[in-house]
Amino acid sequence: MIDHIKLASSKSKGKRPYFHDDPAVERVLNITMAIAGELAVMRERMDSIERLLEKKGLVSQKEIDTYVPETKEEETQRQEWHSEYISRVLRIVQQEMEELENPDKSIADIANDIDKM
Amino acid sequence: MAKNLPPVWNKIAKHAMMPETNHDERARYNFLANLNKHLAHVSQGNKMAFEKRVEPAFVKEKERSIASVEELNEAISKDSHYQIWSSLRRSTMEMRQQAGRSIVLRQAEELRDKAAELNKGKATLVLDANCKVPEYLLAVDNHLMPGSYHTELIEGDVTPAANYDSGIFVTTAGLLGRYNDGGGKAITSWVKKTYPDFAPKRILDIGCGMGHNVLPIARAFPNAEVIAIDTGAPMLRYAHARALDLGVTNVTFMQMDAAKTIFENESFDWIQSTMFFHETGGKSIYKIMDEVYRLLKPGGLTLHIEQPQYTDDMSLFEKFIRDWDALNNSEPYWSKMHDIEPIDLMVSSGFKKEDFMQIGAKAENDLDDGTQKADEPEDHGRSPIWNVFGAIKN
Ligand SMILES: C[S@@+](CC[C@H](N)C(=O)[O-])C[C@H]1O[C@@H](n2cnc3c(N)ncnc32)[C@H](O)[C@@H]1O
Repeated sequence: MIDHIKLASSKSKGKRPYFHDDPAVERVLNITMAIAGELAVMRERMDSIERLLEKKGLVSQKEIDTYVPETKEEETQRQEWHSEYISRVLRIVQQEMEELENPDKSIADIANDIDKM
Repeated sequence: MAKNLPPVWNKIAKHAMMPETNHDERARYNFLANLNKHLAHVSQGNKMAFEKRVEPAFVKEKERSIASVEELNEAISKDSHYQIWSSLRRSTMEMRQQAGRSIVLRQAEELRDKAAELNKGKATLVLDANCKVPEYLLAVDNHLMPGSYHTELIEGDVTPAANYDSGIFVTTAGLLGRYNDGGGKAITSWVKKTYPDFAPKRILDIGCGMGHNVLPIARAFPNAEVIAIDTGAPMLRYAHARALDLGVTNVTFMQMDAAKTIFENESFDWIQSTMFFHETGGKSIYKIMDEVYRLLKPGGLTLHIEQPQYTDDMSLFEKFIRDWDALNNSEPYWSKMHDIEPIDLMVSSGFKKEDFMQIGAKAENDLDDGTQKADEPEDHGRSPIWNVFGAIKN
């Protein structure tokens, strides 16, 4: 089986441009935007849940507040979610490592190369 | 009501090959489509920053105006609005790839098996293990798509195409329609309207990718034999399975380099490409056009849907911002193709000057419910507004 979590966050071929004077700004911005995205995802999910609960009158706030995983499987599922979540959020750090390991040409250089292909 | 909301992702058409998505994955695509749309609007601020502070500062310092796109690039790259916009746009494109790949890679084997089942024993899918991926495709991953169109993470992989199919909606904010085929539909309508008596027997689509834009053509000419070629096996496996599931059976998908096909001279009535040439290379583009000329029957039609051309009356800023995607969304050849006039490209292959044609095209969008306002600013490089060039061979 392929490592789908790691592979999903792979870097694409071609040196990454940085736009801020300090690359650290760019790194933090990317992490922040990924979290912003996940917050939006969570918000949409909560919205679904709240609408369904409201329609069916099913689950109380208290039940949710006191819930803990009940089986090993539930525990694993939760941890796997965290693992994938962190990989997604820290994508740029992984990609900088991949660039270090496998240095790329600039896109302008590649354009010049390709122009001769 | 808020203006310019993109449609929700679940509006796109489902077919057997479309990857399964769960609630959060769809929400992630919805977030990214909205983020793209937001940045398209904020990008208007780049022009303002350029006119109000970048250009004046340059003029003040150098006592002359900015003379080239390169100079403009250097000057604007120090501007803080341009910096934050660029880094957000880049980040959005990377997140789009991450989101798509996290959907398709977790189900790589299931997707492979679905395609294999639909493709089993069919003569209309012809793969060729000896077909080489052109070196320009090996040099870069176009539009930040890790592994490009050809990489197989498992045997029989279709994930590059599944990622493309499910995620193109995000980049275009749904403007290509439910089947992402707004380009293919537009060209089909134009051909039917312009040449009502045209009845092509053999049609070739070059660089067909996952085949979404060739299907409207195949449907419009059900008696024609349509051949769609690509060098990426994952794209073809997916395209073929997708076409069959959507009920289109008159397309044969073949793994072949468009620069050196196996077809006979003058054997096609219509040769089409869509968003293809800007992802080729400086020598190959001429070889491919030579091949188009060789394969086209006398009286045959060839059309190529491409990114908008640069024009002489375009401002430096406009040229610069149009090139943003080329360099920062890894579409490097796009930045070079601007230097080639389509008419010269075609004439160099043998087409006659007087037979050259150029038209504008806009995607036909069956998702448009009026909430997408027509007066929104153009998202350079993303808007479904294209230049179509071509010729009738005489
Ligand atoms: C941007 S995609 C366009 C796909 C499709 N035509 C569309 O409408 O979106 C470009 C495709 O061209 C293929 N390609 C690039 N060079 C090629 C060549 N020399 N011969 C055949 N296919 C090629 C790539 O593998 C990729 O699938």
